Amino acid sequence: MCFSQTPEKKRWQQRWFCRYCRQRRRRAAPEGQRLTEGRICAVQGLCWASLGKMLTNISNVLRACAQRNGAAAVVSARTYADFTNEATFEIKKCDTFKLDEGPATQVVMTRDEGLQYYRTMQTMRRMELKADQLYKQKIIRGFCHLYDGQEACAVGIEAAINLSDHLITAYRAHGYTYTRGGTVKKIMAELTGRRGGIAKGKGGSMHMYCKHFYGGNGIVGAQVPLGAGVALACKYQGNSELCVCLYGDGAANQGQIFETYNMAALWKLPVIFICENNGYGMGTSVERAAASTDYFKRGEFIPGVRVDGMDVLCVREASRFAADYCRSGKGPILMELQTYRYHGHSMSDPGVSYRTREEIQEVRSKSDPISMLKDRMLSNNMASVEELKEIDVEVRKEIEDAAQFATTDPEPPLEDLCNHIFHNNPPLEVRGTNPWSKLKSVS
Amino acid sequence: QKRRFTFNLNCPTQKMNLFQSITSALDNTLASDPTAVIFGEDVAFGGVFRCTVGLRDKYGKDRVFNTPLCEQGIVGFGIGAAVAGATAIAEIQFADYIYPAFDQIVNEAAKYRYRSGNLFDCGSLTIRAPWGCVGHGSLYHSQSPEAFFAHCPGIKVVIPRSPVQAKGLLLSCIADKNPCIFFEPKILYRAAVEQVPEEPYIIPLSQAEILQEGSDVTLVAWGTQIHVMKEVAAMAQEKLGVSCEVIDLQTILPWDTETICKSVVKTGRLLISHEAPITGGFAAEISSTVQEECFLNLEAPISRVCGYDTPFPHIFEPFYIPDKWKCFEAIKKMINY
Repeated sequence: MCFSQTPEKKRWQQRWFCRYCRQRRRRAAPEGQRLTEGRICAVQGLCWASLGKMLTNISNVLRACAQRNGAAAVVSARTYADFTNEATFEIKKCDTFKLDEGPATQVVMTRDEGLQYYRTMQTMRRMELKADQLYKQKIIRGFCHLYDGQEACAVGIEAAINLSDHLITAYRAHGYTYTRGGTVKKIMAELTGRRGGIAKGKGGSMHMYCKHFYGGNGIVGAQVPLGAGVALACKYQGNSELCVCLYGDGAANQGQIFETYNMAALWKLPVIFICENNGYGMGTSVERAAASTDYFKRGEFIPGVRVDGMDVLCVREASRFAADYCRSGKGPILMELQTYRYHGHSMSDPGVSYRTREEIQEVRSKSDPISMLKDRMLSNNMASVEELKEIDVEVRKEIEDAAQFATTDPEPPLEDLCNHIFHNNPPLEVRGTNPWSKLKSVS
Repeated sequence: QKRRFTFNLNCPTQKMNLFQSITSALDNTLASDPTAVIFGEDVAFGGVFRCTVGLRDKYGKDRVFNTPLCEQGIVGFGIGAAVAGATAIAEIQFADYIYPAFDQIVNEAAKYRYRSGNLFDCGSLTIRAPWGCVGHGSLYHSQSPEAFFAHCPGIKVVIPRSPVQAKGLLLSCIADKNPCIFFEPKILYRAAVEQVPEEPYIIPLSQAEILQEGSDVTLVAWGTQIHVMKEVAAMAQEKLGVSCEVIDLQTILPWDTETICKSVVKTGRLLISHEAPITGGFAAEISSTVQEECFLNLEAPISRVCGYDTPFPHIFEPFYIPDKWKCFEAIKKMINY
C-alpha cells in the first residue's frame, strides 16, 4: 500500500488497495462503513480479514514513518536488511518418560531457516492439494494418502537430522519423499504412474523411495522392524548415522512394533521411533483403539517424549534432542508427535464421518503449522508479507509444472511389467497368463 | 447328491448387491445364534465396504465391535473365542493384510482339532476378507492369497461369485464345524446385483457348481473370474463354435475333484484361470490332480491362464490380469492342439 499521500487528503476519497489482498482494488468507504463482502474499512486501510494479521506489521511501519518525520515509507521497497536475522521463541514443553530432561523450550530460529521451513511446508501443502485435485479428476488412481496438516513433522524432523541419516515411514509418505530429496515433479509423476516417477511409475502413492529413504510401505507397522534393521546396519558400520522410524497411532497397536522395541533396546540400536499420532487410525479415534493413548510411554523400557507436532520448532527441537541421544550410543528413543491431518485417511475417505467439520476447522484456524510459522516470522519482523507471497507464487508455479509433467509423461513401457522381480543375470523368463508367451525380467 | 443349487423362488427375495447379501447373512447369523460375534477393523460403523452396516445398532456393541489394528491379534482372538464356544466371525480388512495372521491361521486354527485329538476345535471361527483385483488396488489391495491357504489341511477356503452364492456360502461357512476363510471379491461388492432370499439358506461346501453345460472344453474358475469365463464361453460358442462347460469351484479347499474330473472326462480339455500368480497358484493343484485322474481322456495339455509371476502391479494391472482375450486365445490353442 502506498503511503505517499499528503496528510490533508482524506484517505477514503481515493481508490486504495487493501494491503494484504492488494490485487483486488476496493472502492474506499468512510471509516466504519461496510464494504462489499462484509469487510469494514479500517483506519489503516486494511480489509477486516487481514487487519488482525497485519496490525503488528503496520505498527512497525508507522513507527518507521514517524522516525522519518512523517514522510512516506513505501512498504514494497523495504530492503531485506530491515529484517531481524534470528529470534528466540518459547515453545511448548514436551512431556517426557524415563528421561531426566527434555528438549529445550527456548529455541532460536534464523530468518533463512524460517524461510526454508516455510517454503518446504508450503510446497508439501500445495503438492498434497494438487494430488487431491488430480485424484478427483481421475488422473491419479489407486490409493492416495495425503499429508496436509502434518507438514511440521516432516520438516521439523528433517531439520534435525542430516541427509546421510536414514528414514522409513508408512504409506503417508509424499511429504517425507520431498524432504528426503525427491523432487515434486518425480513425486507427482509417481502418483500418476508415469515413467518419470520416483519409482519408475511402478510403485504409486505408497511406494516412493529415494536415497536413505526406505519408503513408502503399504502394510501397517511392517516398516518398523525394517527401521531397526537399518539402525543395526548403521551401528555395525560405525558411521554415526541413525534411523528415524515412523509409524502411526493405528500401527502402534501392532505386535511387530513391540518386537522391534525389544530388539532395539536390547542391542542399543540408534533408532528414533516416531509415532505420528494424528488422532485417528483411519476412521477409529485413538480413544477407541488403544488401551493407552500415551504412545510415547508404550516403549516401556525405551525413554519417550511427547511433542506438539503442529509446531515445526517443537518438532525440530525434540528431534535434535532425540538425535543427540541416539548418536551418543544410549540406544533407541521414542517420540510421539501430536499432529492432525485435514484430509481423510485416504482419498476414498471423506474424513467427516468420524469427526466433525468444526473440529477440522478449529485445528486449521488455531494450529495450522504453516500459519503458525508465518505469524511467528511476521510478528518478529523476520519476513514480509510480500516475500512470503512471492514464495507462495513460486511454489504454486513449481507444483503446476510438476502436475503438467505428471499428466503428460508417458507411462512406463510394457517390458517394465516383469523387470526387477529378482536380481538376475542373464534375464529371467517370467511365466504369464498363458504358457505360450513368456516375458523377460531384467534386473 | 445335488450338483446344482436350484434356487427356490417361493421365498421372498430382495434385490441386493454383494455387500448387502453379506450383511443379510451376518444379520441372520446374529439373530439365530446368540453366541455370534463380529469383529475386525472398522466393522462397527459398517466396515470399509459396508458389509456390516446396521448390525451394531441392531445387536449391540458387545456383539459387533472394532478391534485395533492387529491382524495377528484379531485372528488369534477369534480362535480363542471359537474354542470357548462362541461363533466368531473375524474380518480382515483386505486379504493382502492377512499375512500377519498367517501363523495363527495355519499353525493354530488349522491344527487345533488334530493336535488336541478332537478334544478342542475352533470350528466356529470364520474369517472374512475382501479379495481380488479391483482395477486400482495395486500391490496391497488386490491380492488373491487362496493358494497360500490351500496348502494347509484343517481349514476351508471358500470364494463366492455372486450375492446369492455369497450369502449361502457364508452361512455354510459359519455353520461348518471347521475354521473357514471366506474371501469376498471386492470388485463385485457393488457391481454384482441379484435377487437374494431374505431367509437364511445354505449352499453346501466342497461342491463345485456347473453353470453351463458343454461338450468341448471345461472352464474352471472362481470368484470374479467366473464372470470372465462366462463371457469367454459365449465368445467361444459364437466365434469358434466350441461348446464350453463353465464350472465355479466355490470351495478351494477341500475342492470338488469329482465334478471337475467328470467334466474333463466328458470334454477332454481343461482351462483353469485365476488372478493370482501362476507359479504355485491353485490352478497347479487342479491341473496336477486332473492329469492324474483323467490322463487318457485329455485331448490337449491343461491350460492355466493366470496372473504373471510378478507382484500385483500398480499401473500395469490391465496387462496383468487374465482377461477374456487371453482365455479365448488359450481355448483356441487347445482346440487346435
